[in-house]
Amino acid sequence: MNGPRPVLEPKSARQSVANSSPLLGAGSGEWMDTGFRLAMLACALAVLGILGLIVYELITRSALSWHAFGPKFFFGSDWNPVEDQYGALPFVYGTIVSSILALLIAIPLSVGVAVFITEMCPKWLKGPLSFFTELLAAIPSVIYGLWAIFVLVPLLRTDVEPALAKTLGWTGLFSGAPYGIGMLAAGTILAIMIIPIISSITREVLSVVPQNQREGVLALGATRWEMIRIGVLRNARAGIVGGIILGLGRALGETMAVTMVIGNRPEIAKSLFAPGYTMASVLANEFSEATGDLYLSALIEIGLALFLVTIVVNALARLMVWSVTRGQPARSHV
Amino acid sequence: MSEAKVSSAKARSAPPQVSVWRRFVNHLMTGVAVLTVLIVLVPLVAIFGYLLYKGFGSINWAFLTQTPKPVGEPGGGMANAIVGSMFILAIGSLIGVPLGIGAGIYLSEYGRNRFGDAIRFISDVLNGVPSIVIGIVAYGVVVLRQKHFSALAGGFALAIMMIPTIARTTEQMLLLVPQAIREAAYGLGIPRWRATLSITLRTATSGVITGVMLAFARVAGETAPLLFTAFGNQFWNLRLDQPTAALPLQIFTYAISPFDEWHRQAWAGALVLIVLIVGAVAAVRIAVSRGTLAGAR
Amino acid sequence: MGVGIQVKALNAWYGKTQALYDINLHMQANHATALIGPSGCGKSTFIRCLNRMHETIPEARVEGQVQFGDFDAYNGTSPTQLRRRVGMVFQKPNPFPTMSIYDNVASGLKLNGFRNRKQLDDTVETALQASALWEEVKDDLHKKSGAGLSGGQQQRLCIARALAVQPEVLLMDEPCSALDPISTGKIEELIFQLKEKYTIVIVTHNMQQAARVAEFTGFFLLGKMVEFDKTEKIFTNPSDKRTEDYITGRFG
Repeated sequence: MNGPRPVLEPKSARQSVANSSPLLGAGSGEWMDTGFRLAMLACALAVLGILGLIVYELITRSALSWHAFGPKFFFGSDWNPVEDQYGALPFVYGTIVSSILALLIAIPLSVGVAVFITEMCPKWLKGPLSFFTELLAAIPSVIYGLWAIFVLVPLLRTDVEPALAKTLGWTGLFSGAPYGIGMLAAGTILAIMIIPIISSITREVLSVVPQNQREGVLALGATRWEMIRIGVLRNARAGIVGGIILGLGRALGETMAVTMVIGNRPEIAKSLFAPGYTMASVLANEFSEATGDLYLSALIEIGLALFLVTIVVNALARLMVWSVTRGQPARSHV
Repeated sequence: MSEAKVSSAKARSAPPQVSVWRRFVNHLMTGVAVLTVLIVLVPLVAIFGYLLYKGFGSINWAFLTQTPKPVGEPGGGMANAIVGSMFILAIGSLIGVPLGIGAGIYLSEYGRNRFGDAIRFISDVLNGVPSIVIGIVAYGVVVLRQKHFSALAGGFALAIMMIPTIARTTEQMLLLVPQAIREAAYGLGIPRWRATLSITLRTATSGVITGVMLAFARVAGETAPLLFTAFGNQFWNLRLDQPTAALPLQIFTYAISPFDEWHRQAWAGALVLIVLIVGAVAAVRIAVSRGTLAGAR
Repeated sequence: MGVGIQVKALNAWYGKTQALYDINLHMQANHATALIGPSGCGKSTFIRCLNRMHETIPEARVEGQVQFGDFDAYNGTSPTQLRRRVGMVFQKPNPFPTMSIYDNVASGLKLNGFRNRKQLDDTVETALQASALWEEVKDDLHKKSGAGLSGGQQQRLCIARALAVQPEVLLMDEPCSALDPISTGKIEELIFQLKEKYTIVIVTHNMQQAARVAEFTGFFLLGKMVEFDKTEKIFTNPSDKRTEDYITGRFG
């Protein structure tokens, strides 16, 4: 063991007084610790406050309408501001139909994209493809709507809807004049908008499936598709369903793009070519023009219903996704 | 499987074959998957393509500096909407970013308990509330009290949307900071509040900023919550208590109008909006990566 | 100059599980005391009770008395104040990744409000010299990040950071276990020199290391302190059979 090297003397005279730490006099800032903690708590309580504010505002301001119409509000199909008669069924119908249509289109496409990216894609392509699907999520709703009005709707009017009417018109779903504007347009643009969410969650859920599951199935002599079907998709089922429900939640509340192409007619029709109206759309269109307390209250009651439905749907979806990814919500899905 | 037995009975040296049908299905599904990718990419390409095609030609100096002209007159621009958007976003960020980051700090550093779990869950659920509902709430809280539409109401609505998002991303970034770093700070006798701000938060800075930017970009494009809060305005306004123009609102109004001139400007406005959003996110990503790559300062 | 440490009837729990049973100990000022024992014996828990880091774990509890020279660690001193007088170096080097070398060393002072630039410069230089790192980094103080050094250098940086606060005691929790033999040797040399100014308590898995650097050694087993004596005696003629079994490698 070498002899000890000389410890160099400190430079300043003040510090040569051994043992006097410059911090000995400093306060320990305990009240600052408590103060800081309280300040952060206050910020966290802001989240609670937001929830409380939403519930309070919606319930108190819709009370008038609730007392006037009761639960029948959601089953009446007569929306007549002139006579102060309000039935919200057409909006409920429109919301449900447009969302279901969107899901029907979006689910196979989203799962297909997710499966391709996680299981089939060459490595160099994974990054760019993921990026592009995420890019779809960044486009604002109003821009989707703009594109839908001037590109999607004419396409539907001149090509897609006549074709559908010719081939599937017998079902009754594709009858009536092909305006382009209507339920089909709304469902289509909604589908495009929710594909990124469903696809991104599906991708996460698929990637969490352990590699040994895949290898086990392959070792039995399965083809790649069989491996995906049996070893991966089956395991990720709960999570994928969760992602789908999350997509549903998004579709239910989507406002601008739908408002711009759904036709804004409070009617219930079987054909997908017909114009319709959703809960979010009637709020967007009529809220700022609502004269009269009952009118406004009826609209806010629709808002309350929309709020409750999306809360329940989203909570359900989160629980299902968490059950698969074990509570790592990773990225905030826009 | 039976085919495997048959063929191995025939020629013991050959390995069992995967049936033609199964191979066909395998290739078919690969093809289906590729097809879905292509189908999904079509609208993406189409949207950006049309934005460029229809919007680019209409973006000129006049568009960026003038206010809208009366209906029927050609020309005019969206200058007031662009500035109005920035104004409303600034108000929203001023309220939403500090509260959001604070909530995130609480969740990560003090909230590893049932109460924190509740806040976490509520944040996630709030993220799914339709933005039009948020607009209604802001209307009730601000507009009805002030008795007029305003940028403040719009900013308030956007802040409500930003807070849960920023809280969760901040929390996740802070959780990535290793516990060893915090222990080193405590071991030096640094008080907890100081350690949290100057060490833990500082280590997670780039991630936190990215999270804030993503929340910002998301609300920058929102129209619904502004419909009856900021309401829109054909003229300049930078006061807190008057209706204010915003870019997404203007795009919406023009798009649903019957005038070709306004349609043209709607495309231009949309292109400006998407460029601003993508640009802001990219700028922050670059600045942040430069900051961390340059090493410590 | 360092201070002596007096530990009386120290008991510690993680939630309901007791980790330390009635530890009594006196560690001499300006000497190095080594704590050895098999994994899970409580030596790390013990050292963390000395600077109240044990408390930072949720549901952790301590009973007993820890006295440093003239001040009581648990009564009348806040953990923050205590830790400015009792420094710690951890098992895995943990420099602050977003800070330069200078800022790392100065962090204990700067973040406690100490701002005088000249004195910070001097303190940083002194501390880096005391941890035998000055020559290697003096040109890169502000340019290199703390995380950009080798493992051994990072640990010496952490030592400098702890020393800059001018504590009276330095606690070291297996400081060399993540390092290569050459870095380990450098740090052991360092401990030898640091003894002159500080009281050192070092937890180590490496019995030869204890023999090399420490005058006193305590042997821990299952949360109890089995034997405490001069290092020489522990390793050549231990009083307790369990100590002997451990030393000779029959377990642990």
